[in-house]
Amino acid sequence: MNIVVLVKQVPDTATERKLADDHTLDRAASDGVINELDEYAIEEALLLKEKHGGEVTILSMGPDQATDSIRKALSMGADKAVHVNDEALKGSDALQTAYALSKALGTIEFDLVVLGSESTDARTGVVGAALAEYLGLPQLTLAGKVDVDGSAIKVQRQTDYGYDVVEAQLPAVVSVVEKINEPRYPSFKLIMQAKKKPVQKLGAADAGIDTAKVGLAAATTQTVDAAPAPPRAAGTIVKDEGDGGAKIAAFLADKKFV
Amino acid sequence: MAEVLVLVDHVDGEVKKVTTELLTAARRIGEPAAVWVGAGADSGKAKLAEFGAEKVYVAPAELNDYVVAPKAELLAKLAGEKSAAAILVSATAENKEIAGRTAVKLGSGVLTDVVDVTAELVAEHSVFGGALVTHAKVASGTPVVAIRPNSVPAEPASGAAAVEEVSVEVSEAAKGAKVVERVVQEQGARPELTEAAIVVSGGRGVGSDDFSVVEKLADSLGAAVGASRAAVDSGWYPNQFQVGQTGKTVSPNLYIALGISGAIQHRAGMQTSKNIVAVNKDPEAPIFELADFGVVGDLHTVAPQLTEEIEKRK
Repeated sequence: MNIVVLVKQVPDTATERKLADDHTLDRAASDGVINELDEYAIEEALLLKEKHGGEVTILSMGPDQATDSIRKALSMGADKAVHVNDEALKGSDALQTAYALSKALGTIEFDLVVLGSESTDARTGVVGAALAEYLGLPQLTLAGKVDVDGSAIKVQRQTDYGYDVVEAQLPAVVSVVEKINEPRYPSFKLIMQAKKKPVQKLGAADAGIDTAKVGLAAATTQTVDAAPAPPRAAGTIVKDEGDGGAKIAAFLADKKFV
Repeated sequence: MAEVLVLVDHVDGEVKKVTTELLTAARRIGEPAAVWVGAGADSGKAKLAEFGAEKVYVAPAELNDYVVAPKAELLAKLAGEKSAAAILVSATAENKEIAGRTAVKLGSGVLTDVVDVTAELVAEHSVFGGALVTHAKVASGTPVVAIRPNSVPAEPASGAAAVEEVSVEVSEAAKGAKVVERVVQEQGARPELTEAAIVVSGGRGVGSDDFSVVEKLADSLGAAVGASRAAVDSGWYPNQFQVGQTGKTVSPNLYIALGISGAIQHRAGMQTSKNIVAVNKDPEAPIFELADFGVVGDLHTVAPQLTEEIEKRK
């Protein structure tokens, strides 16, 4: 079974994240790291490969520095990677990204696409669904458990009330939630091997992406303005002198919560 | 006035509060038309009328048998037929997916996790863990907007809520992912986390898998229970209650953080809460920078006292 895992490089949450003057992500302002939820996607793909055989390919769309995240993904044990990198893609929003990825997937043979349920920067949570729409494939998103049996796939889709058991036939698009597994740490040996694994570079045209449909100028959403959030008014902080609970109760009563 | 489609969230005919918030937001833009999937519209429509829905489009329950795609087909079809000005959904994980697919079908755009929206469909977002406030709009076509629960205060206004049955032919492509079983996990009488008006969360300071100190306070307030990643990672509380960057985002009227330091990953999930109360032993904990009211102390003595005080005042 051949699996493609989508990987996104995101700004490190622990650093100060900024937007550039055109309201796109300022990638120079903070360190780029692999999107945390993608590590669960990679792990799930590797587990499926160990069970069913086949190859795991990393697909990432991003500028040059995304190479670091691709190498990280390869060092976890993926076999090869495809890096879609083109100036024309800069500033693409979530739906444009899904479109571009759907085109790039057209150049790869796969039975399953796996991605994290959202990215920690934009957090839209729509790429998996939009990708399934573009590809016309079954959408098995928000999976907390994945089982493949031949050409049949079954997932536990996380819901507000618990989960839905969802069934489909491959090929399909699966997004995974945190805690579906325990992502492995790359071993030294795998890190060394990853340096030699093939990374295919694709420009927009190579991937069959219509450049009139991607990038900031063609974005389906436009950010009008961005400003630092107004600081919250300084609160009242007291030390517990044995009456801390009573003081909070008084605060809540004042605010009409009790 | 153009119709604004509002996808109704309901449980067996009981309309969720967030839908009344969406109807309120829809009235700024145009004429609210509720979109109801499944049974129960007859009992639910009174609530929709109370918040200004002029129409209620009712689609068959069969749409729920498959993941997301049929509802996107329904919304795209209605948006085309009714020349809708916008489509509003609540920003739940599933509805954001429906919104995304609908926008692809319509060739428009989607705005997610919106905390406010104007009559001109300019949407406000809180991004990067609440560090920035941005405004955005959809470039062309029918905007699809996913609004966070508890963001727009619901205001009543009467509407006709005229029911109209919608026939939908679910395409073969939309039947790819079939729901074969729904498993409801016990969460007792507590409200759903992302929709709750009050959330009480516990973190590392709880110290063990005995979350009763958090749960008792939550129950005294009719609140939902949340947990920080540290507590979930320690196996003290189930994953689905995790608040933060890789968990749920909540925006309640009151958020009480017990023994949570307030790392950026946690703040990303609760920073837009209207009132924040924190209890932590460490006076330097970053959560106190957000807190409207904070107590430096041991949650194991402060929280039970608070619970007792609340019970006394009932």
